[in-house]
Amino acid sequence: MKSARKVLLAGATAFAVAGMLASCSAGPADGDSDDGRVQLRVATFPPGADAAAYEAFAEQEKQFEKLHKDIDIVGVEYEWKGPTFAVQLAGGSLPDVFTVPFTDTKTLLENGQLTDVTDAVKKFGYAEKFNPVVLDGVTGDDGRIYGFPRQAYAMGLHYNRDLFEAAGLDPDKPPTTWDEVRAYAKQISDKTGKAGYAQMASGNTGGWQLTAAIVARGERTQTDETDGSAKSTIDNEGTAAALQFLHDLRWEDKSFGSKFDLDWGTINQEFAAGNIGMYTSGSDVYSALVRDFGLSPDSYGLGVVPVEGNDPGTLGGGDVAVISPTVDEGAKDAAATWIDWYYMQKLMDEDAAVTDAKTLADSGQAVGTPVLPVLSREQYEESLTWIESYINVPRDQMSAFIDNIWEQTPVGEPKKKTQEVYALLDTLVQTVLTQEDADISALLKKAQSDAQALLDQ
Amino acid sequence: MTTLRENTVVRDERAVDAAIPKPKPTRRTPLTWLRGGGLWNLLFLLPMIVVFAVFSWSPIVQSVIMSLQKTNLITSHWVGLDNYIAVLTDPLLGEAVINTLWFAVLAMIFGFPVPLFMAVLMSEVRRGKGLYSALAYLPVVIPPVVAVLLWKFFYSADDNGVFNTILGFVGIPAQPWIQDAVQAMPSLVLEATWAGAGGSIIIYLAALLGVPPELYDAAEVDGASIWRKVWHVTLPQMRGILFIMLILQVIATAQVFLEPFLFTGGGPAGATRTILLYIYDKAFRNSLGGAYGEATAVSVLLAIALALLSWLYFRLTNRWSSS
Repeated sequence: MKSARKVLLAGATAFAVAGMLASCSAGPADGDSDDGRVQLRVATFPPGADAAAYEAFAEQEKQFEKLHKDIDIVGVEYEWKGPTFAVQLAGGSLPDVFTVPFTDTKTLLENGQLTDVTDAVKKFGYAEKFNPVVLDGVTGDDGRIYGFPRQAYAMGLHYNRDLFEAAGLDPDKPPTTWDEVRAYAKQISDKTGKAGYAQMASGNTGGWQLTAAIVARGERTQTDETDGSAKSTIDNEGTAAALQFLHDLRWEDKSFGSKFDLDWGTINQEFAAGNIGMYTSGSDVYSALVRDFGLSPDSYGLGVVPVEGNDPGTLGGGDVAVISPTVDEGAKDAAATWIDWYYMQKLMDEDAAVTDAKTLADSGQAVGTPVLPVLSREQYEESLTWIESYINVPRDQMSAFIDNIWEQTPVGEPKKKTQEVYALLDTLVQTVLTQEDADISALLKKAQSDAQALLDQ
Repeated sequence: MTTLRENTVVRDERAVDAAIPKPKPTRRTPLTWLRGGGLWNLLFLLPMIVVFAVFSWSPIVQSVIMSLQKTNLITSHWVGLDNYIAVLTDPLLGEAVINTLWFAVLAMIFGFPVPLFMAVLMSEVRRGKGLYSALAYLPVVIPPVVAVLLWKFFYSADDNGVFNTILGFVGIPAQPWIQDAVQAMPSLVLEATWAGAGGSIIIYLAALLGVPPELYDAAEVDGASIWRKVWHVTLPQMRGILFIMLILQVIATAQVFLEPFLFTGGGPAGATRTILLYIYDKAFRNSLGGAYGEATAVSVLLAIALALLSWLYFRLTNRWSSS
């Protein structure tokens, strides 16, 4: 008879061993590195960045650790991706310090997924220095601050100087009205066979760019009521004009090209490959175009998005450096110190700005990409003078934007159900681009009522 | 029974039986299980049970629980059947169901007969069957994501796109393929058929081998042409396999995700958004994770629908199958 006791003994031993091994393999407690320093996992850049970016970060890591010998920085590749954010947060694999776009900070606030950093901001003494519009995006209903706005951008019109020249257009004079955009696009597509003007249409970016186009025509897609609810105002003349513009380029002029499912990544890819003459996107996209998509700097030009109508604006955005809510108290101070050193000091302190610019420039990273100031315009322009000798982006090719952006009013993205409404607008853009006989006014009515249903939830 | 030797006595079996003492029939108790080596069985089964529990059953149970909650993976609260009501009244779900049915119908029309046809052709080939089988199976070997991305490149809608260039050789104008709401779904089905046909061909070839050749001879004697042979001999003999493959295909196409996700992301304008892509969008499209509760509710509904369909199918075909 098989000894049941022998089997029980074998099983118990196996479990005991397994249990011991499991407990042994649990690493050092969160926040402590092996040598007693506080370990901080910080976001660096998206995976796939070029090797020089890693070198630049390694250099900055060294500089910081020299100043703060009790903190051990561990760089973690990071890219804000909505779908995986919630899962990463739940699974605890987010870096301790990372960045969140403005669009999402309010929702994260409501969900209690951000750490209160009011004390740190006050300690560093720049609570009053922030542009109040920008700071509002990270202030909760309780008046506490939950992140460090570190960068803002406006919408810009990116264009390919080489295609302009090939089409017989002056590369230093990008279009300034929507009619000019249409005419230039037709000229480019007639003379070079490439798409004259393209726009994002999928993955919620279609809705984002359509909203930017609506704001540039003086309308808004959403208004906030005093009782906290929101009203959808998608059905307006600006939206109709923006959609008609896309329709005309696609079906009449045939200058839109043949890809109607572009998103942020693929439109950058097409542009960097020289297949698109003009498109709108955030003004800071130059860094990514060169680093991640291989754009040749000489062919890049940046102008402002044409505005028309009453009360036009430029859709602004940006991101915020935040501390993960799972970080313990000891590491929170370290995290705030890192954020201050890595993200904020270069905006305010000349030495920090110069060191940062030098490190980036030495590794061939972009220095001087046009952004909007999170502090004040004067502070921003002063900081540019500090790092003037390190600026390596072709700012003279971006003069049309730099000179004219101050005349445009930055407008924040709609606050409620932003991404869901963008998804709705995606469908709108795709329908107009793929169905020649699409009834724009009927589509607008339906979109507005669908959006209102979402907002009323 | 033969007698081997003179003095070997053939015993009466019943007498022999009665003479051998038999053990008393034991009651089956936990102790008998233990003594019979039950613990060893359990020990060997344990790894598999643990793996299944952690990676298969636990997520299913969690899904059902999530479908009754509103959750953002950090905090959650119970909402009963609200998620189910919300998705059942969502017009986008109706659109997704119709798109999925359309995919299923197209896949049935193209994807079901083509491998069968190819298998019948290949079974008639005298030499080189192995080569043709290998060639047929080659698309299956290519990783699905790679295949889809390749075809996405081929489907480029401008005049230099690979397929448009080929069409240009025979004078057909450039087609928008996946950029057009009407052509998008057939384009997806075309790639899915190309990728999946190989596996079906191999299975059908094996089934064809099981058809008794005498039936073909009898049909030949009756003067049947090749098509009548196929219709009256081959297909009825393969009935069992065909029915299984059909239900498997229906279940697989009901869950199609890869092609719509990678080719078109559900576009243009929702023309290729299938049920699984709808679930994915609900859960993951928006920043910060979306409506996990509603997504899992649709998953549960889909599972129930497919289970019902399978049960109905097997009930109906019970009488018809050859087994």
